[in-house]
Amino acid sequence: MPELYEMTATDLAEMLREKKVSSVEITRSVIDRMDAVEPKINSYVNPAPEQALEMAENADQRLASGDDDPLTGIPIAVKDNMCIRGRKTTCGSRILANFVPPYDATVVSRLRDAGMVILGSANMDEFAMGSSNESSCWGPTRNPWDLERIPGGSSGGPAAAVASGAAVVSLGSDTGGSIRLPASFCGVLGMKPTYGAVSRYGLVAFASSLDQIGPFARDTSDLALLLNVICGHDPMDSTSMPREYPDFTGFLDKPLEGMTLGLPEEFFNRLDNPEVEQVISEARSVLEKLGVKFVELSLPHLDYGIAAYYIIAPSEASSNLARYDGVKYGHRADQFEDMIDMYCRTRSEGFGDEVKRRIMLGTYALSSGYYDAYYLKAAKIRNLMTMEFRDAFEKCDAIYCPTAPTPAFKIGEKVDDPIQMYLTDVFTIPVNMAGLPGFTIPGGFSQEGLPIGLQFIAPHFEEGRLIQLAAAFQRETDHHLKRPPL
Amino acid sequence: MKITPEQVDYVARLGRLALDDDEKRKYQGQLDDILKYMDVLAEVDTDHVEPMAGPVELYTPLREDLVKPSLPAEEALANAPARTGTTFRVPKVIE
Repeated sequence: MPELYEMTATDLAEMLREKKVSSVEITRSVIDRMDAVEPKINSYVNPAPEQALEMAENADQRLASGDDDPLTGIPIAVKDNMCIRGRKTTCGSRILANFVPPYDATVVSRLRDAGMVILGSANMDEFAMGSSNESSCWGPTRNPWDLERIPGGSSGGPAAAVASGAAVVSLGSDTGGSIRLPASFCGVLGMKPTYGAVSRYGLVAFASSLDQIGPFARDTSDLALLLNVICGHDPMDSTSMPREYPDFTGFLDKPLEGMTLGLPEEFFNRLDNPEVEQVISEARSVLEKLGVKFVELSLPHLDYGIAAYYIIAPSEASSNLARYDGVKYGHRADQFEDMIDMYCRTRSEGFGDEVKRRIMLGTYALSSGYYDAYYLKAAKIRNLMTMEFRDAFEKCDAIYCPTAPTPAFKIGEKVDDPIQMYLTDVFTIPVNMAGLPGFTIPGGFSQEGLPIGLQFIAPHFEEGRLIQLAAAFQRETDHHLKRPPL
Repeated sequence: MKITPEQVDYVARLGRLALDDDEKRKYQGQLDDILKYMDVLAEVDTDHVEPMAGPVELYTPLREDLVKPSLPAEEALANAPARTGTTFRVPKVIE
């Protein structure tokens, strides 16, 4: 019998209904695990074990009275950029170190309505700007598979928590790969849903046309259940789409026979890591045996993804982060001469290195005389990329590719080289540019035992197809069942 | 060099950042490298292409004009670095 913290939400939910276990027992098991592994991993910035146990007691009452949802009583970690009423939400930044939101993000309300147990806020790159989780003001999260390595970012905390058993499932956010990259590096599943599928109300804004909240889990069924909880229209977010969502668990048992996956040559031409190539090709054989056909595609504008993204995202960020001025909330400098000086000192003290770099870059790209050459040019290329994806989906049902060019790298390896750090996102960024759903699942391991993820990309609002692919692959493989040696 | 020290100062002022000399030197070099990388964008023919602001069709969601409770003043002010009564306190702006 495995420990409770090791089990899937799907199995735990069944045991809760059979009265073999209580939510309080599950939550205690996960909290004990947090106590054991957190000194090594640092996946939480604000753990809340006492509140979690209270929520678990309430969940047990709901289960007893029959007023329950499928994930009632299941413990979840939430990235530190989603507002939880009355609890610190810091976005990994000194400037918000003492910020206590007066309201819940819509996703948090949805977790509460579902009776889930919120374990606390999980570590992240400051303002979700980073690919390694090293820019958090609370110190880096470490990769559970190798403590010398980064877990990937920016949702490194939520990914590492699920991988290490310090949460059963979790929520992250993905602006250019921030869910899929850490999922790949930590050996868990991570999905960025379609832009507009999950409300961004109460998500601290980084780049509003790219940001999207999504789930982490250790198997596809768990992920589908959590997707059911978080997807839905929200009048508080004007970019949230008014539409109905299917029950995503309905896609778990669908066969893949007759499905076609596209292979974008611009991605595969960039692959130069033999271990990643091997995992991708072995997984492709598994999919072929399941009846999937593969077709080669060319999407020439994918080659411009990084350059266009690192104009658009910092531009939006420089505008969004203008609100941190030391007036309404957050840090304010002690010493200043006048109002403008207060803004400048407050922001310089409160923001870390990467955030300042992106404010500088975005402010430059939007400034008079440079707007057309940078921001406008990038926004046009974004349109070309999106049209290319639309054409590609005429030829295939989904796209198959790696998530990251390499397995997890060492802490400190890329911290002083922004361009190398940005290139980590080469296979994930185009998905955000076009607002598509993208799904990373464990595909295999490097010789050193580091996880390597596969990525599937589907047309808008076809998350169900991604679930179908992942579930079929996981019935044939056991990569997602391996746990880090902690 | 695409980026001059004067431009670093100008952009920092626009972005309301007070950078020290080390930061200025570092960002000048790094922004220069990053913008050189961005030169690839010029290769793309974007004549006759519309810019794309976001991935969803823009529409104006309408709702009923209903009065709903708003955040109580005490809660809205709870995170304020400085306050006077029910207002945010800031340095004098108008001489």
